[in-house]
Amino acid sequence: MSVSRIDRKFAALKAENRAALVTFTTAGDPDYDSALRILRALPAAGADIIELGMAFSDPMADGPAIQAANIRALKNGITCGKILQMVGEFRQQDQTTPLILMGYYNPLYIYGVEKFLADALQAGVDGLIIVDLPPEEDCELAIPAAAAGMGCIHLATPTTDRARLNHIVKNGSGFLYYVSIAGVTGTRVPDSRPVKAAVEMIRGHTDLPVAVGFGIKTPETARLFAEFADAVVVGSAIVNIIAANIDQEGLANSVLESRVLDFVATLGRGIKQARQATPESKI
Amino acid sequence: MTPDINSGMNSGMTSDMTGGKNSLRSGPDSDGRFGDFGGRFVAETLMPLILDLEQAFRDSRTDPAFEEEFNSLLTEFVGRPSPLYFAERLTEHLKGAKIYFKREELNHTGAHKINNCIGQILLARRMGKSRIIAETGAGQHGVATATVCARFGIKCVVYMGAKDIERQKPNVFRMKLLGAEVIPVTSGSQSLKDAMNEAMRDWVAHVADTYYLIGTAAGPHPYPELVRDFQSVIGTETRRQIMAKEGRLPDSLVACVGGGSNAIGLFHPFLDDDIAMYGVEAAGLGLDTDKHAASLTGGRPGVLHGNRTYLLMDGDGQIEEAHSISAGLDYPGIGPEHSWLHDIRRVKYVAITDREALDAFQTCCACEGIIPALESAHAIAYVIKLAPTLPRDHLMVMNLSGRGDKDIFTVAQALGTEI
Repeated sequence: MSVSRIDRKFAALKAENRAALVTFTTAGDPDYDSALRILRALPAAGADIIELGMAFSDPMADGPAIQAANIRALKNGITCGKILQMVGEFRQQDQTTPLILMGYYNPLYIYGVEKFLADALQAGVDGLIIVDLPPEEDCELAIPAAAAGMGCIHLATPTTDRARLNHIVKNGSGFLYYVSIAGVTGTRVPDSRPVKAAVEMIRGHTDLPVAVGFGIKTPETARLFAEFADAVVVGSAIVNIIAANIDQEGLANSVLESRVLDFVATLGRGIKQARQATPESKI
Repeated sequence: MTPDINSGMNSGMTSDMTGGKNSLRSGPDSDGRFGDFGGRFVAETLMPLILDLEQAFRDSRTDPAFEEEFNSLLTEFVGRPSPLYFAERLTEHLKGAKIYFKREELNHTGAHKINNCIGQILLARRMGKSRIIAETGAGQHGVATATVCARFGIKCVVYMGAKDIERQKPNVFRMKLLGAEVIPVTSGSQSLKDAMNEAMRDWVAHVADTYYLIGTAAGPHPYPELVRDFQSVIGTETRRQIMAKEGRLPDSLVACVGGGSNAIGLFHPFLDDDIAMYGVEAAGLGLDTDKHAASLTGGRPGVLHGNRTYLLMDGDGQIEEAHSISAGLDYPGIGPEHSWLHDIRRVKYVAITDREALDAFQTCCACEGIIPALESAHAIAYVIKLAPTLPRDHLMVMNLSGRGDKDIFTVAQALGTEI
């Protein structure tokens, strides 16, 4: 089952006593072929789990960097069908790295939830993060996803209290994504202390691994959060490197891939050092 | 749609059903749904906030002091009740139904928008919020929001598409005079939907002190319900006024729909009565082109801005830009209650082109001495089509939702006149 790819990954990392590096890129950014080449090279560069953004015309939870990535991908003709095709092509070469799709509900709703779940499982998708589906709307996707064997990763945020946490973890699977700031992606840098307290609170409500993301832009911050989180998500900082390495027509330059992969490697090294520096900390 | 509602429709609607099990006025349900529409499709960060808002709204409904203050502000500050006016010359001109205008354009700030803003600013104050954000298309909601913020001394930030700022300069200046900060939105189509995206991004980043004052009966639950309830003063007054003037209820109601708050405000108190209702969407350059804003007649159900509703989108679920000469109707969605009323066929939704609205705008000016908003001109255009087909004893009420001073530049340009 595909969910077990996520479970196996976290079990393996627990044995290594380190957090997972989760990288976010938008499918089709800056174009299909470049995005697929980056995707295929991410695990070797240090990504433990891959989050692939599904572009939407109205990305309300995203800051300027990922908004721009959405526009680039859509301009180059990305669709749900092509995203699943890209995942399928990735899976031909990689059977172990968990891959999560992240996006907004409407494109998936229009594709058809049942059909999307079937096609995504077939392509090799392990989980879904749909930011505009809170637990109140679990009937829409989380419950059908669980029935189909697809992971459904729920989000907790700084506004989530203990009472809501029970509600949130109920139909979630794979891991729990803690949004470290009240804000959109790639803007404010989170303070580690309140995030650590929140992660500890969440652990009192679920055995699921806890990932932390939003606003983590540097290897240093990633390392800091990797001391206590089970996974650290970096998105906008990677997407910004893509934006900086395309020309006015949106075409990738010759160093785009190596710049992205070098950065991912430094993130990976930061995360690997996190608990070596503080051997007393435990998962 | 539920079996209850079907049976209600089939057996015909009578006023004694009001509030009953089969009432069409009892929505939304506890999940914020009108049939399959509505809901709470928001990021988890906002979920606790909209639950708090729902609680504050429910509490306010049982607090007589809230209602008293709301009504007092509508009387003293807004100038309600707005007249129900017999449009005598238009009626003579069309030689059909007897036409009444509900004069929402005579409200303070020149449109129906202020009714909702008064209600929501009282909720915001009740919740202890110190900063108000709003989105605006034509600028009418922005002006109304800036107005109530000034009245209550609360900081106001209005998001407005850069394209709309360009075509609605007088309203931008008004908002600034009233002390609001107007932030141009340059993402996407630079109009209302993008202003709404940006307002939601602001809200997520300022959860502690900020109240999002949505301008139409759309968005996540409970907004469609609370905006409708605050706007229902339109229909409630109309009911009383038409009884006083004619001794009976009207036969038909007509209102323009963008998000649909003026229409739902007029329609809702009459939903259980045997009255024909027409919601008029903007057909822009025509429904057979890709330049229109008719979500119901030209779109399909999807999820955007916190609710499931009819939307304009492409085959892959990407939202498409709307087009209308009227900035207030230039939105690719519509309030979820209208989607439901469309699906159960309680309200008939029709569409009027830019050209037809411009003609009606001029007819209203010349015939009634009233310069209507371009939004309202869509409703007038449909009245002009419909009224001549009806008998003289047919009573028709049209919501004249806003005044057109803000639109004279757009109209002049469309007519090839320089001012």
